[in-house]
Amino acid sequence: MKGKFFLKEKIIRNIFLLSSLTSIFFLAGITLILFKEGLPLFREINLKEFLWGKSWYPTYDPPEFGVLPLIFGSLWITLGALIVAVPLGVSAAIYISELATPKIRNFLKLVIEMLTGIPSVIYGFLGIVVLGPWLQELLNLPVGLCSLTASLLLALMAIPTITSLSEEALFSVSKDYKEASCALGATKWETIIKVTVPAAFSGISTAVLLGMGRAIGETMTVLMVAGGAAVIPRSFLQPARPITATIALEMGEAVVGSSHYHALFSLACILFMVSLALNLTADYFLIKFRRTSQ
Amino acid sequence: MKKRRYKEKLAHLFLISMIIIILSSVFMMFYFIIFRGIKVINWQFLTQMPQKGMTAGGIFPAILGTLYLTIGAICFSLPLGTSAAIYLTEYAGQNRLIRIVRIGINNLAGVPSVVFGLFGLAIFVKFLNFGVSILSGSLTLGILVLPTIIRASEEALSAVPQSFREASLALGATKWQTIQKVVLPNSISGILTGSILSIGRAAGETAPILFTAATFYTMRLPNSIFSEVQTLPYHIYALLTEGTHPESQVPIAYGTALVLILLVLGLNLIAFTLRNRFRRSKKW
Repeated sequence: MKGKFFLKEKIIRNIFLLSSLTSIFFLAGITLILFKEGLPLFREINLKEFLWGKSWYPTYDPPEFGVLPLIFGSLWITLGALIVAVPLGVSAAIYISELATPKIRNFLKLVIEMLTGIPSVIYGFLGIVVLGPWLQELLNLPVGLCSLTASLLLALMAIPTITSLSEEALFSVSKDYKEASCALGATKWETIIKVTVPAAFSGISTAVLLGMGRAIGETMTVLMVAGGAAVIPRSFLQPARPITATIALEMGEAVVGSSHYHALFSLACILFMVSLALNLTADYFLIKFRRTSQ
Repeated sequence: MKKRRYKEKLAHLFLISMIIIILSSVFMMFYFIIFRGIKVINWQFLTQMPQKGMTAGGIFPAILGTLYLTIGAICFSLPLGTSAAIYLTEYAGQNRLIRIVRIGINNLAGVPSVVFGLFGLAIFVKFLNFGVSILSGSLTLGILVLPTIIRASEEALSAVPQSFREASLALGATKWQTIQKVVLPNSISGILTGSILSIGRAAGETAPILFTAATFYTMRLPNSIFSEVQTLPYHIYALLTEGTHPESQVPIAYGTALVLILLVLGLNLIAFTLRNRFRRSKKW
């Protein structure tokens, strides 16, 4: 009786253990598949050609697989998004955590959470039918779908991540610091800038890194509004083609097992490693923040 | 002193104007979708098949497809995610394996959605030979929402006070009996909240199902888990990029966008109400 009892407990425990290991299993599976399907490309071209090549013409004969324009496309659009999203997102976080009354705080938090829920295809859709034509007219552009349009939409998508995590970081700064600063005669704004924000700095960095990760990995919005030209962008008013958009656009037509197919998986490897690096750095900052704020 | 007060006011003004920029962008988004979408939505739009090469008719197959995919995803990830969370909160100690598991969950949450799509394509569509189908799409979406479900369940489970567990164990219950009869019943609403939020997320994702489940032109409803499906988000994308008659297809896209937003925000609203209710009723 007793032995059977313990056996059952043991089996159940191990089922739960196995379930918790699936996440690692999937992550490892993703890594393995990306490399397995991506690496065969380098039987045909060398790594330098791939990473430093300035032209991406996968369907030409012979095809050219230079990913530099795509990498620049991703970085350029993400940079644009951060330029807009960081000031807006961090300011909103400061306002919500330090100045807003409880009622306004709850309302703003609700709006931010709603923004998180909106699917990315909706942003892309509005980019095509509203923001793109509007920017085209306003700035007198040849095309409305360009890096700027994509950056603005991605900024809006990154703001919830940046705001909610920064707000959390600012809120968790000890009240003693703020009160000590106010007691020394500093105004509220001086306290925020010289005490609260520096104390929450690594928490805010985590927020920005995760927001950046969200922007770099975003697919549908950039696929729809970035314009799709695989050239190295020279200004925000030119179309660009980020890595994610290229994969989404071309995977449907690439023949399984062709060098084009392998090249798209290699692109995904680059994307995967960049987001992994961003996440790990964000984790590092978060741990550091927790340690210093205690 | 006067200068400092002036500066204080200026800073306040700056922060408020930033808030106003964010709020007005959100407002504009909803304004366009709601006012242009509401004109096309009626009973026929929701219950009919598309007609005349996607330039007229309804979006019923897309609604159904989204429903199938999200139900499939949650059937896969809810049991798996909850069991993982149970292990992490109830059984696991602090050791290296658990730290690695946590890092794994965090990083899985940060993987770009299109990469999940490629993984689904290589594993489910090609290797396991499920083809472009509801099954492949559901499994891909299931893996995508797994980290969200694990985190939400973990939070719900660890909100149950330790004294409840100790009381149960002291009465002679085993660990599993304690989990089954004490911990799970007290955390079920939190777990449910997390799952509803994940359904909302899965319903709106497009990139993971591009090559694993979605199709634009189909004239019949899916009849098995191996059928391709139309889905709401993919329908919006396809109407705009593959459509040939923008004047009649953009309004349909607006209608589809409104349905999708209502679905997603409706689910979020249910989740938040549930969470607030739960927080208010349980005071330990």
